[in-house]
Amino acid sequence: MSNIDQLATNAEAIANKLGIHKFDIYGSTVDETSVQVDQGEPKQVKASNRSSVTVRVWNDAHSMGITSTSDIDPTGLELALQTAHEASFFGVKEHVPDFSPEATAPIPDEPQEKIGLAPVSELLQHLVGAEKQLMEAHPAIKGVPYNGLAQRDTGRFYLNSQGATRNETRSYTSIYLYSKTEEEGKKPRSAGAYRISRSLEQLDIQGCLQETAEKTISHLNYQKIKSGKYRVVFSAEAFLSLLGAFSNLFNAQSILDKQSLSTPDSLGTEIASPLLSFCDDALHSANIAATLFDGEGTPTRRVPLIDNGVLSGFLHSAGTAKRMNAQPTGHANIGAKVTVSPHFYYVFPGVAAAQQYSLETAENVILIDDLQALHAGVKALQGSFSLPFDGWLVNGEQRTSIESATVAGDFLELLKSIIFVEPEAELTPAGVCPRVWVDSLSITGE
Amino acid sequence: MPPSTLLISRELPTLQYTSTRDRFDETWEAPLSTLLGLGRAAGADFVEFFLERANYINCLAEDETITSIAPKLSTGAGVRVFRGKGDCYVSTNDLSFGGLKAALEKGLAILGLQLPGPNAYVPETNLELLRDYAIKKGKEAWLPACSSMQEMGEILLAANAQLNRKATHVQSRRAVYFRDWQEVLVAASDGTFARDIRLTQSVGYNLLCADGTHRSSISKRDGDTSNPGFLRTWDYATAAEEVADSAATMLYADYVESGTYPVVMANQFGGVIFHEACGHLLETTQIERKTSPFADKKGEKIAHESLTAWDEGLSPDAFGTIDMDDEGMPAQRTLLIENGVLKNFLSDRAGSARTGHPRTGSGRRQNYAFAAASRMRNTYIAPGEYSTEDLFASIDKGIYCKKMGGGSVGPTGQFNFAVEEAYLIEQGKLTKPLKGATLIGEAKEIMNKISMCSQDLGLAAGFCGSVSGSIYVTVGQPHLKVDSITVGGR
Repeated sequence: MSNIDQLATNAEAIANKLGIHKFDIYGSTVDETSVQVDQGEPKQVKASNRSSVTVRVWNDAHSMGITSTSDIDPTGLELALQTAHEASFFGVKEHVPDFSPEATAPIPDEPQEKIGLAPVSELLQHLVGAEKQLMEAHPAIKGVPYNGLAQRDTGRFYLNSQGATRNETRSYTSIYLYSKTEEEGKKPRSAGAYRISRSLEQLDIQGCLQETAEKTISHLNYQKIKSGKYRVVFSAEAFLSLLGAFSNLFNAQSILDKQSLSTPDSLGTEIASPLLSFCDDALHSANIAATLFDGEGTPTRRVPLIDNGVLSGFLHSAGTAKRMNAQPTGHANIGAKVTVSPHFYYVFPGVAAAQQYSLETAENVILIDDLQALHAGVKALQGSFSLPFDGWLVNGEQRTSIESATVAGDFLELLKSIIFVEPEAELTPAGVCPRVWVDSLSITGE
Repeated sequence: MPPSTLLISRELPTLQYTSTRDRFDETWEAPLSTLLGLGRAAGADFVEFFLERANYINCLAEDETITSIAPKLSTGAGVRVFRGKGDCYVSTNDLSFGGLKAALEKGLAILGLQLPGPNAYVPETNLELLRDYAIKKGKEAWLPACSSMQEMGEILLAANAQLNRKATHVQSRRAVYFRDWQEVLVAASDGTFARDIRLTQSVGYNLLCADGTHRSSISKRDGDTSNPGFLRTWDYATAAEEVADSAATMLYADYVESGTYPVVMANQFGGVIFHEACGHLLETTQIERKTSPFADKKGEKIAHESLTAWDEGLSPDAFGTIDMDDEGMPAQRTLLIENGVLKNFLSDRAGSARTGHPRTGSGRRQNYAFAAASRMRNTYIAPGEYSTEDLFASIDKGIYCKKMGGGSVGPTGQFNFAVEEAYLIEQGKLTKPLKGATLIGEAKEIMNKISMCSQDLGLAAGFCGSVSGSIYVTVGQPHLKVDSITVGGR
């Protein structure tokens, strides 16, 4: 991000020329390489080196306009500032977004480093090896139709005309494997896994392929399940995907827009079983994709959201915090309308459970490993969901893969119906979460 | 000896190309033919450049206020290099000769190739005369003729006021509009040299109603691909009435009881079931991955004999209409299924090379950051011989899916769809509204259960996300009957 100073200088000169006195810029760069393989051969290799910036301009009447551009040379930047200035005359007149009061507050002194990208040949070698091992894990595994190994160097920055300047750089490496089975007289089955780390050396490729193989094999012998009400155990990934789908509960902007299941008065009310606590924690030590500041330059932090079942916090931008008399929390995405989104959930047990449960001794319990099609089956504004899932019917030691079924319910009722939050958490790309037990959910199968 | 007019690679650094910055025209021929020649001289079997400029804006009205007007400008290019059946794709924001050359060099290096040495002769690629759909069809006048920011705001506010007059129990109402203008240029080492301008616009409502614990949320969108004045002619009065009626009906609807039912799917957006359950599985992208149950079924019966289906890029104004695909191939009309028999797959260049199925003008991508892949355009089931009443009359107890939500298909052909607005059918009549339904099944099985198609084919605008990003498509069908399908509910 050595060009930020140059960009700031250019922006200031252009702004002066255009008569713009107040602006800010959020930008990002990405240098990425990814590979896919098919039956031991490279399938497609992708590389990119891209940048983009979003500029906000306030006019003399104090309304704000915005423009995004991928063209960040002086000519492109001038066009962006000019267009944003033009748009500012149609900006909102009330609750006009402003600089974050924390845009110059100190941020944690985290290491900022880019790890050099490994050669493509090395990525291919690793992925071909993983594919081969996966195909050898069971005779029924006939292919790994979805796979990928990617490396990404990213940079983000924020600057404004009052002198705020922030930037951070990160490197990530990730792998996903999704294998498929074919057996005579049986339906094809599939399962996958994903891992992310800071570098290729640290990437748990073996763990990813082992998880993929185990899950895929576990689905080989499947059965239909009778429709009805079941006790359901959500895996970390499944529970976090539901939390994400209903994140409007904690989203201050959604609440102000009346696009939420919460209202400003919901704070302090018990919305979940007291067994559940969680927070959003961008700076969690396990968060590979940790970010130090949001799109407005506000430092990120840990924000408690549910504390022993009680709604204890909202996620804020600078604007929502001002309107709700709170502090910004570092969750803003810059835009004509600033939006708010979570970073990394950390779910943990709340009050001590009176009764503990274990899958080893469970009877007729459904373990949901992965929820699908959330974009279609979640009605976030109604609070309801009806989702296909991958999972097993658990009876003690015996786990039987469920052929095809959906789970349906009301998210607020689900939160209240939690009967156990396991003590041991699992790390996923979306957060850290233990398995969560819920009573009496509708399952549609046979 | 090669003729002396050939370019020698050591001269490359001294070349001064003066391509226009704000327009993709003939001035891009010289640098691109040089770069394509370089790629071929390096040993690539095929090289393609895709250049893009985009000018996007969206506008959002919430209640009585315009809360967002967000323009977005972008330029970029992608270079795709093939060596054998393997390929790589490199994208960049840098459209200078040096930037494009660096991207090419990176792509070549990934495939183990390198630019020729300083004294090599570089045979420039002979490109066809620029095939310019933008000029041929008068598209250069489109962007200035679109609604201004001022006009966008005025129309959306008027539309939102109309919705307020029609709806009850309103918690929030939004009118949303976007305009996506895109100029593309494709140059490839097989001589392809083509330019197009696309203009995609969409406008619609999101309405959330609440009464105590009862909630309903209804969305409706219309789309267009060739009328700059589209927003001005939006019939928001009719749209507001439709959305308000649906929201009022669904506000107190019961949850559907899960089970297996015969189902009547409405026309227009009901076509999403065919798009997800079958259309994706006919893309060579899926054939390559061996994730389609139809991969080896060409010429065989894969669906009920009452079913014929098309995918094409030619319907006037439809949301998936394109004059050329993102590989420079003119759009086509592709017969997918005729009377239940699989006739053709949808193929892009790479898919064709890897599967042998001929290209169909279906290479599409969201933008320069994605390599093109075989994707759908306007996909629909052809009308049949029945009346809609015939379909309902054939059902004693079933579900009418009037408005579909989104859906998806998995790698084993399992699909699912959300139903936004459903009704119980009893003795051939609609008796009560139902909510919370999800349709689930297997693509292979469901295609044989579509037993009746009515005559009222209707199309609807949609968005499709897949390997090459999110693209604009049309789905469509007449009303049709599925003999039995699993309905997930409570």
